[in-house]
Amino acid sequence: MSDITIIDTGIANTASVFAAFERLGCSVTLTRDPQRVSEASFVVLPGVGQFGEGMRSLRASGLDRVIVEHIKQDRPLLGICLGLQLLCVGSAESPGIEGLGVIDAMVTRFPATIRTPQHGWNRVGNGYAYFSNSYRVGSIPDGWDGELSEHGGVFVASLRRGRTYACQFHPELSGAWGAGVLRSWIDNAKEASPCCAVE
Amino acid sequence: MLCSRVIPCLDIDNGRVVKGVKFANMRDAGDPVEQATRYEREGADELVMLDVSATIGGRETALDTVRAVRRVLSIPMCVGGGVRTPEHAIALLRAGADKVGVNSAALENPSILTELASRVGAQCVVLSIDAARLAEGNGWQVVSRAGTHQTGVDAIAWVARAESMGVGEILLTSFDQDGTRTGYDTQLLREVRRVTTLPIIASGGADNAQHMIDALRAGADAVLAASIFHDNETTPDAIKEELAASGIEVRA
Repeated sequence: MSDITIIDTGIANTASVFAAFERLGCSVTLTRDPQRVSEASFVVLPGVGQFGEGMRSLRASGLDRVIVEHIKQDRPLLGICLGLQLLCVGSAESPGIEGLGVIDAMVTRFPATIRTPQHGWNRVGNGYAYFSNSYRVGSIPDGWDGELSEHGGVFVASLRRGRTYACQFHPELSGAWGAGVLRSWIDNAKEASPCCAVE
Repeated sequence: MLCSRVIPCLDIDNGRVVKGVKFANMRDAGDPVEQATRYEREGADELVMLDVSATIGGRETALDTVRAVRRVLSIPMCVGGGVRTPEHAIALLRAGADKVGVNSAALENPSILTELASRVGAQCVVLSIDAARLAEGNGWQVVSRAGTHQTGVDAIAWVARAESMGVGEILLTSFDQDGTRTGYDTQLLREVRRVTTLPIIASGGADNAQHMIDALRAGADAVLAASIFHDNETTPDAIKEELAASGIEVRA
């Protein structure tokens, strides 16, 4: 089964992500060593916490460049929750702080009239996903496929381009449906390029 | 649209599930890993585990329990009970909790909430409140230490402060209703809903789906129950079918 490398963001609920991949039979590594991440095939950028803190931490370790390069080479990357947001240009949560800029979108806060944070299960496609967020991307940016969900208007639930998959929800906490999402990310990444299949 | 959540609660003492009424007369009610697995299979949307251990050894065991449950559980888990420092909260998150509930420590030192939220993100911080009704018309006061300590803090005012302190969710237990199985304190829920846009988990008093419907209509986003699930009287799925039949959006 596949080797999964989870970027250790320090605090985020990495234990849940770790356990979810182990249940799929993957061999899982947790690291913040840029060298190891740059050599990894399947990389997960999890995220709980604040946008500015997340970017500072990635920049301090040089992981920002490693992640952008990984995506440029279309090697498999999964961004979860704040992980999706960090891939964007910037966020209303931390004005003035640049994101990784892979996704050409700004992250904004849910309208003040709606329950915030969004804590709980919301419909995505034919299933239900668990969300835990106060910020989100409002529409699917050019060049990406994606799915929308609704909470005080539509927002982006997931985005996909090549072997990069980023989701605002937590697949690791979304029961059997979420396990299916993780499995498809792995399977699609393998199918997308048999020449450099990573097993 | 965001679904209403049904949340079983496990009280954990020294690695075992226990149950009691108003925090007293605890008796053994099984293995946490087995019960967590069963609840997920039976449609639980989330799990709350409260560590009721009174000893330091018990606290250490709770970390092991969280690790063991995390290995099998693929729905969110909130852990609370005796969390006194940011370090303790972070240890629980690292062990596999997705959210941490803080109760008495926040009353004694509210800045723990702000500090915790800035370190782990607001969405991981749950303020747990035990509210006891005062004489008619005088509202509710926050109680602590299993209801033995009257803090004199107004429960509604406390919730109103919580949002600005960086809390991401409120776990609101009615001390009067807890263990009675006569329904949640819907008046309390209505009053609290007025002062916050934070998600509220209603707790204390559930006996059946109608009680849960009443709580959700009063402003709760999630309903927590312990005893009705422990003894196999009903399941989260069975409850959710009734919620759906009354027009409440739930995860199928």
